[in-house]
Amino acid sequence: MKVLCGIGGSDDSFRALDRTVDRATVANDDLTVAVVDNEDSSVAPDEAMERARKAVDEAEIDADVRRVGGDPGSRLVELAEREEFEEIVLGGGHTSPMGKITIGSIAEFVLLNAKTTVTLVR
Amino acid sequence: MSDRGYPEAAVDALPVPPTGFTDREERTVEIRPYDGSEAAHESLVEMYDSFDPSDRAQGIPPGGEKRIREWLDAILAEDCHNVIAWCGDEVAGHATLVPDGDAYELAIFVHQEYQRAGIGTHLIEGLLGHGQDRGVEKVWLTVERWNRAAVSLYKKIGFETSNAESFELEMGLRLNEGEGDGTAEGDEAAD
Repeated sequence: MKVLCGIGGSDDSFRALDRTVDRATVANDDLTVAVVDNEDSSVAPDEAMERARKAVDEAEIDADVRRVGGDPGSRLVELAEREEFEEIVLGGGHTSPMGKITIGSIAEFVLLNAKTTVTLVR
Repeated sequence: MSDRGYPEAAVDALPVPPTGFTDREERTVEIRPYDGSEAAHESLVEMYDSFDPSDRAQGIPPGGEKRIREWLDAILAEDCHNVIAWCGDEVAGHATLVPDGDAYELAIFVHQEYQRAGIGTHLIEGLLGHGQDRGVEKVWLTVERWNRAAVSLYKKIGFETSNAESFELEMGLRLNEGEGDGTAEGDEAAD
């Protein structure tokens, strides 16, 4: 399957990255990891790029890691449409100290606007 | 973390538990701070184990006894503030303040058997009164937009919406004025 995994540097985005890479290794997915701008994240895009490349190298899969600047939600949706991805994978939300899950604004935009299936990883 | 907004002024003094009242179903209910006893802990597990999953909010309370126990261990820790609404030796409701940086996150649950009887209002006032008494300054919460009963309860208490841009509303409340309020507190070294 042609999969687009969007990560912005939050903890849940790295969980989504790891799970997507694991799945791609088994299922032989055609994987692209897009590193987007997430203003709520404390991890800079460069570091997120590095972690994505490392995850892909360690899994020994042939995946594309690229930097996607601009508005994260709309750029991901646009990219998925233009390059005919079949699925978008994102982090499944931030967990508060209380244990409450809140869905980030990127996931919310993509969920509502994407034409593909969207997977949120818990 | 994100910059959360809070009202400038603190709310008036709230009743400090233990307090008691008769609910709209003529049941005698007592609001007491969690005393750390095993009996109270187990009564809480029992309430959450029979909690209707349709009243879960943003993933809590979790399902299944094992996860309930793990979750309770985290939110009943020493640095949290917990208040319980008791009907006899049964837990009717539970409210908690969990530390998050310089503020506390609030959550409140009333068991289905005890809902719509006015317990939530007394319980949240009891929790905030307890927190105020312990020097808590800022409290925040998130609530699903469609949960009108909860949103109006929080507004009635004095919570103000601080972020309305996502699925959940974020609201804030000030319980106590901070020391040197309005200035850049925390900028100076304490030693």
